Amino acid sequence: MANIYLTIVLAPLIGAIVAGFFGARIGRAGAHWMTILGVGISTLLSLYVVKRFVFDGQEVFNEPVYTWMVADGISFQIGFLVDKLTALMIAVVSFVSLMVHIYTIGYMADDEHNWPKESLAGRNGYQRFFSYISLFTFSMLMLVMSNNFLQLFFGWEAVGLVSYLLIGFWSVRESAIFANLKAFLVNRVGDFGFILGIAAVAMYFQSLDYLTVFGKAPELADTELQIFGDSSWNLMTTICVLLFIGAMGKSAQVPLHVWLPDSMEGPTPISALIHAATMVTAGIFMVARMSPLYELSETALSFVMVIGATTAFFMGLIGLAQNDIKRVVAYSTLSQLGYMTAALGASAYAAGIFHLMTHAFFKALLFLAAGSVIIAMHHDQDIRNMGGIRKYMPYTWITFLIGTLALIGFPGFSGFFSKDAIIEAVHASQVAGSGYAWVLLTIGVFITALYSFRLYFIVFHGKERMDEHTRHHLHETPAVVWVPLVLLAIPSVVIGWITIEPVLFGDWFKDAIQVAPEHDVLAHLGEHYHGQWAFVLHGLTGAPFWLALAGFGVAALVFWHWFTKDPRIEEKLRNKVAWLYQVLDRKYGFDEFYQRFFAAGSRGIGRALWAGGDRAVIDGVLVDGSARTVGRFAQLVRKLQTGRLYNYAIAMILGLVVLQAIFVIF
Amino acid sequence: MQSFPLLSLTIWLPIIGGIAVLGSGDKAPGVSKWLALAFAVITFLVSLGLWTGFDAGTAAMQFVERSPWIETFDVYYYLGVDGISMPLIILTTFVTIFVIIAGWEVIQYKPSHYMAAFLIMEGLMVGVFSALDAILFYVFWEAMLIPMFIVIGVWGGPNRVYATIKFFLFTFFGSVFMLVALIYMYFQAGTFEIVASQPGLPSFHGLRLGKTEQILIFIAFLLAFAVKVPMWPVHTWLPDAHVEAPTGGSVILAAIMLKIGGYGFLRFSLPIAPDASAALDWLIIVMSLIAVVYIGFVALVQQDMKKLIAYSSIAHMGFVTLGFFIVFTILTKDTATGSGVLGISGGMVQMVSHGFISGALFLCVGVLYDRLHSREISAYGGVVNTMPLFGAFMVFFAMANAGLPGTSGFVGEFMVILASFQADFWYAFLAATTLILGAAYTLWMVKRVIFGPVANDKVAALKDANGRELFVLGSLAAAVLVLGIWPAPLVEVMDVTIQNLVQQIAVSKLPGAVGPTVAAVRF
Repeated sequence: MANIYLTIVLAPLIGAIVAGFFGARIGRAGAHWMTILGVGISTLLSLYVVKRFVFDGQEVFNEPVYTWMVADGISFQIGFLVDKLTALMIAVVSFVSLMVHIYTIGYMADDEHNWPKESLAGRNGYQRFFSYISLFTFSMLMLVMSNNFLQLFFGWEAVGLVSYLLIGFWSVRESAIFANLKAFLVNRVGDFGFILGIAAVAMYFQSLDYLTVFGKAPELADTELQIFGDSSWNLMTTICVLLFIGAMGKSAQVPLHVWLPDSMEGPTPISALIHAATMVTAGIFMVARMSPLYELSETALSFVMVIGATTAFFMGLIGLAQNDIKRVVAYSTLSQLGYMTAALGASAYAAGIFHLMTHAFFKALLFLAAGSVIIAMHHDQDIRNMGGIRKYMPYTWITFLIGTLALIGFPGFSGFFSKDAIIEAVHASQVAGSGYAWVLLTIGVFITALYSFRLYFIVFHGKERMDEHTRHHLHETPAVVWVPLVLLAIPSVVIGWITIEPVLFGDWFKDAIQVAPEHDVLAHLGEHYHGQWAFVLHGLTGAPFWLALAGFGVAALVFWHWFTKDPRIEEKLRNKVAWLYQVLDRKYGFDEFYQRFFAAGSRGIGRALWAGGDRAVIDGVLVDGSARTVGRFAQLVRKLQTGRLYNYAIAMILGLVVLQAIFVIF
Repeated sequence: MQSFPLLSLTIWLPIIGGIAVLGSGDKAPGVSKWLALAFAVITFLVSLGLWTGFDAGTAAMQFVERSPWIETFDVYYYLGVDGISMPLIILTTFVTIFVIIAGWEVIQYKPSHYMAAFLIMEGLMVGVFSALDAILFYVFWEAMLIPMFIVIGVWGGPNRVYATIKFFLFTFFGSVFMLVALIYMYFQAGTFEIVASQPGLPSFHGLRLGKTEQILIFIAFLLAFAVKVPMWPVHTWLPDAHVEAPTGGSVILAAIMLKIGGYGFLRFSLPIAPDASAALDWLIIVMSLIAVVYIGFVALVQQDMKKLIAYSSIAHMGFVTLGFFIVFTILTKDTATGSGVLGISGGMVQMVSHGFISGALFLCVGVLYDRLHSREISAYGGVVNTMPLFGAFMVFFAMANAGLPGTSGFVGEFMVILASFQADFWYAFLAATTLILGAAYTLWMVKRVIFGPVANDKVAALKDANGRELFVLGSLAAAVLVLGIWPAPLVEVMDVTIQNLVQQIAVSKLPGAVGPTVAAVRF
């Protein structure tokens, strides 16, 4: 199996290298075929791996590939750990990536229009784009297949790099290169915590290998970490919180979420692949992978849950106030990531991963469908200029509707199973903060349905508000674009139904995820689980379903019924709650605060240290100052060297007299 | 033992080559350049013999050469390398090749003199790394300044006189104290040998010095090495020197000369005055952390690309000294949490890696400067639109400078952060801020210079990097990548030497003392 696993990661890398370095020579078709071939191989082999696990009783694989270095008795290795968690992840990542690769052929077909004519950076941009997304696939696969913290960090930073390159793909746009720098730096704040967490692991476990660390963790559960003098922190809590800070960066949790909405500056295929389906879920995956550590710290679990629920609720609210089609979906992603995170905090890791999987399909679908609309709208992303698009783009319309239904948790659709499970799990959790989380997540269902159907109705129903030229050209996108939508729509509907039993309540994750008995909320839920039908029927009696229905109802009334009659209705409603709208429109002021406090603050500190420290004190006083002092002293002494003999004679005589006097007196 | 004099060859080949290049003159253009390149390449190939013939299983000096030089003062021509100096020698010979190529058609004024200066400097720097006799070391150490002084003074920018004087006075100020310390130790040991040529014979490393003497010697060395590294607050010569130096001068300065300071700590301060090092380690740690944080902020607001990279060098070198001096804090803790080897290895890897990365970044600025004659960030913008290949390299090296895993920049920082966590949570906390600060100052520069729309007509008229420039940048990129993906060979080569060093400094060298260093004195 080692060769298969190696092929899974290397195939996209080879595709990326060929498309990246020889893009000009092999041309557009060469680049997309090469990378699609690479990712296609990965997808097939990943599905084969899943099949082996499901039907053939495949053993867990844990072996090094090569030794990165050995220092101070710690062996730093590159290696693979493939268990069922990994198998699920690689299947999702490679499949979504393949869909995005195919879709990109259509989306980037006219990319030269996005560049100034004379710009050489745009030349071969098409090939470069394929190279980047293939490189991303490689990095993400390395991340999820790692068997140690070092490679995890490698993958972690590599996906960050590709995300940086892709957000800023259209590098001539100021907004794009602002967004990618912001994304990288905010992620680095998270990585700051992450690397400290890894350092703590390396110090106390003397190993970075997952299984070694997990095996030894219970022994160290009560270890204390010296902080200041006698005060100390619990080691496990510290490690888990530090690692989670990394996850907060990558998975865009409050307060490190600010980069994700701006990342929409990148081309839509990568919004789907990187900023919805895969990279942003790396944090969720990481925490699930580290379940043996998190189980040892209830404080950390609480922290995770509160952050997750806060993100889920408050970011969903912002989605209501957005008018850019991609940004609405982006805030929805933030909110859904919050749901996953909250599940982790409730020790329902399996539910978090389950939602990660269903979300990967339906959110990739929503982004790609939104991208399809954007193509048809000639890259106008403002939903106020859309409307009635369903008539022109049937495939896009139906698949977008399917994605929306999955997102809001329509009974039977994939999102229904995963979201319901999360809410139930949080409800059952005893960890501090679970009450708070449960309330926010439950109300969040209403918000989700509201913003989702607001978007849906405004875009696809009502009056056609685009200008005549655009309307005239409005038509369904080519097959290369809509076929991936259909292929993603299928799992968006059925994947929950098929997999809920083994993944949530079966033993699918028994090798990969450890849950302490007192935290095992899913086992508790499992006792009441009697098949999919019963789950669906039970869901119909629960608050989330009625809240979702209410959200749909309000959206239908306001954004379909009223909006069709009077497109200014939203504005009027907003004016009634102007203060709330202000708060949401400014995104609670995070951006402004960070901009003023951290960005401008750092520059201020830098200027002060440079002007005050380096130039005024060190150079001004000490260096040039001492040079000046020497100079002045020399000036002074120079006056003694008059060159007149009688001056020297007097000095000699005076000296003689003084010396004589000293000798005589003493 | 006296086998083929490989080290001598590595030292004298470029020096003789330099003289030959000087002799070839500038009448026939091209001759001097090709001659210089030939000597640089041959020297590099010769120096590779040090790597292939190196026995990584011993901490003893290898390739030793020893013959009397000034017998009245017991001065020997005594050379040898161990796992610490050997990689630095290869780094020197490797980088010199690219400095020669980088100056190819750029240097119009007396190119033969320019090339000769770098070749001679190369030999002298190899001499510094391989000298095991204190006087020989001192001679190379001071002699090395002269070609650099000339390079900045002759081919430098408009403010070069201030910069050269500052550079010279700073470094000279440091080294006179070192000379005093060396002479003092000669009177104590009766020899100038730093490492004993045979076990049992007296040497600087074998000295047992009292507490006060150790402290004084430590401070004397600190003055010399801290200026070289440079450590805060004696760093202000570096940005000025870099800004005025021609590209090649900056590259050598950043890639090699700074490393001599770090090397000095390992060769002299730690093994000769371990008790003083243990007593004063807090001072170095504080200075290092200030370098990382304070200088990180200062780098953020630089308007001049070379200054920015110079400040970034200081911050990165902070990791080196931090890695070297956390060893004592780690040793006082439980043995289970590491031995201190990780930090020192990390510092060494950081030095080698920084040699590649800072060298490459200065070359990148050189490429731009040659075209636009400005180093101001604001003079650029959207360079990638006219120089896509160059832009790719600049982004790559910027990422390496920001410590991205997979590049060499990550390896050293990672090791030092891991090691400093073993020493103290807050050391690691402050050191890890480089993840944010390093990325901020480097990538913000990249954003303003490389990305964005074409800023002005001059940028619009830029021509992409030519084959020569691409070759230079590509070679360094390969080095950065290889070391980042597979650092094991480098780490292994140093490992035994560093283990030996740690063992040596863990034991007190106070007269009569037998216990560990740290127990002896702390104030």
